[in-house]
Amino acid sequence: MSIISFRQVHYTYPGDELESLCGVDLEIEEGEFVAVLGHNGSGKSTLAKHMNAILVPDSGTVLIEGIDSRDEDKTFEIRRRVGMVFQNPDNQIVANVVEDDVAFAPENLGVPSEEIRARVDAALKQVGMYEYRTHAPHLLSGGQKQRVAIAGVIAMQPKIIVLDEPTAMLDPQGREEVLSTVTRLCREKGMTVVFITHHMDECVGADKLVIMSNGYIKAVGTPAEIFADVEMMAREGLSVPETTKLLYELRNLGYELPLDALDEQSCAAAIANAMKKQTRS
Amino acid sequence: MLKDVTLGQYFPGNTIVHRLDPRSKLILVVLYIAGLFQASGWISYAAVTAVTALCMILSHIKPKNIFKGLKPMLFIIVLTALLNMFYTSGREIIPGWHMTWEGLARSVQMILRIVLLITGTFLLTYTTSPIALTDGLEMLLGPLKKIKVPVHEMTIMMSMALRFIPTLIEETDKIMSAQKARGADFETGRLTERARALLPILVPLFVSAFRRADELAVAMESRCYHGGEGRTRMKVLRFAARDWIALALGALFLAGMIVMKRYGI
Repeated sequence: MSIISFRQVHYTYPGDELESLCGVDLEIEEGEFVAVLGHNGSGKSTLAKHMNAILVPDSGTVLIEGIDSRDEDKTFEIRRRVGMVFQNPDNQIVANVVEDDVAFAPENLGVPSEEIRARVDAALKQVGMYEYRTHAPHLLSGGQKQRVAIAGVIAMQPKIIVLDEPTAMLDPQGREEVLSTVTRLCREKGMTVVFITHHMDECVGADKLVIMSNGYIKAVGTPAEIFADVEMMAREGLSVPETTKLLYELRNLGYELPLDALDEQSCAAAIANAMKKQTRS
Repeated sequence: MLKDVTLGQYFPGNTIVHRLDPRSKLILVVLYIAGLFQASGWISYAAVTAVTALCMILSHIKPKNIFKGLKPMLFIIVLTALLNMFYTSGREIIPGWHMTWEGLARSVQMILRIVLLITGTFLLTYTTSPIALTDGLEMLLGPLKKIKVPVHEMTIMMSMALRFIPTLIEETDKIMSAQKARGADFETGRLTERARALLPILVPLFVSAFRRADELAVAMESRCYHGGEGRTRMKVLRFAARDWIALALGALFLAGMIVMKRYGI
C-alpha cells in the first residue's frame, strides 16, 4: 500500500471560484523522493497542505498510511507522521534558541524530557546544525534557518517530510544545503520526501517527478521520462535541463539521440556515441 | 537606530545569575522592586545601589548594555528630575530661582530610583532566556489555572512576541529603507508631519505581521501544537540549593530595607 494516496481529490479555497485541486490522483511509496514541480498557483502548495490535514478535501480522499485525513480524531496521528517545512524560515521558527525550537514538536507530543533532549541532539546532528544549538535563529543564514526548521520536523520522528518550496527564499548556497540535507535524509534514513519547488534543477535527483498545472497533475514519472517530453514541458511553460534541451535541438536537426541524459556526462556520452556512429557509416 | 532596541534581549552566559532558576529570579526581582520602593534615606539608596552593582558584577553584564537600555527612558528620567527640582519647597540654591536644595536631593533620589528599577529588571531579562522566563512565569502563575486564567496561552503569546521582536525590527528597517528610496522623509518637518510619515511604514508592517502570524499558526499546528494540555518540556526547571540561598538573601534584603525605612535612613 502507498504511504500517501490521493484519490480524486477536489478542493476549492473558501471564497474562491476556481478549483485549486481538480480531481488529483497520486500515489507516493515509502522511501521515495518525490519532487512536485509547477508554477505559482498551479496547486502544488494546496497539494502539500492536504498531506498533513491542514486542508481536507471537499471531495475524494487523502490517505496517509491508510488514515483518512478527514477523520478529525486522527489529525494528530497524521501530523506526527508527516512533517511539514514551509517556505519562509522566519515564520516557522517559534523559539529564540535553536535547540528550544527543535524541541517544540516533541514537547507538544508529550515526549519525556530526557528523550526530547536525545531527539533534539540527534535531529540537529542530522542536519549539521549541532554546533549552532544555542544560537539565536534570527542570526543564522537562510539555509541554516531552513535546516533548523527541518530538524524541528525530524525531532517529531515522522515517516514523511513534506517541504513546501523550502528553497524559494534562499540564495544558491542555501538551496544546495537544503537539497542535500533532505536527499541524505531520504537516501540514508529511508524517509519519504515530498519536495515542492519551481526550480527544475532541484528535481533532477528525484525518484518521481510530478508536474502540476492549474490544479491538475499533468504528468508523473521519473525525471528522465518527464524531461524527455520537451513539448509538454514547453506547453506548461516549464524549463527542462540544458542537456535535454541541447539533445532535443540536435534531434530536431536529424541526429538520433536519446533525451534522457540529465547531466553533462551522460549528455556528452550520448553525443559522442552518435558522433561515432556517424563517422562509421 | 532600531538596532539599539534592547527590549527582551538576552545575553547568554554561564554565571551564577544565569544559572539561577527563572522562577527564583522572577521572585527576586519582585523582592528587589519592593525593597527599592522602601528606600527613603541616602544610606538605603546606597545599599540598593551596592546590591545592584554586586548583581551586575556577578552576572558579567557590562554597564554599557544597561546604559543602552536606559537611553529610551532618558526623557522620562530628565523630566521627573526637573519637576522634582523645581516643585519641591525649601531653601533656594540661587535666590529668586525656584530650584531648591531639597528638590535637588529629591531629584537625585528619583533618578536613582528609576535607574535602579530599570537596571534590576534588565538584569532579569539579560540573564534569562525568554523561553526560560516564560516557562518560569507559567509555572509561577500555574495555580491561577484553577480559576480559569489562561496562563499557558498568555505565556506562549509572550514568548512568541519576544521571538518576533528581532524579525519585526529587521522588517521595519527594510520597509523604512524602501520608503526612503522612494523619497520618504522621516527626519525633518514638524512633529505631526513626521508622525504622518510613519504611516507608510506602519501599514505594510501590520499587513506583514498578520501574514506572518497566519503562517506561524499553520506551522505550529503542523508541529502538533494543541495548547498547553499534555505538553512536556525539554528543560525541566529544578530548584537548586543556590536558588534557596538567593531567595533567602532576597528576603533578607527586603527586610533590611523595611528596617531602614523605619529608622528613616
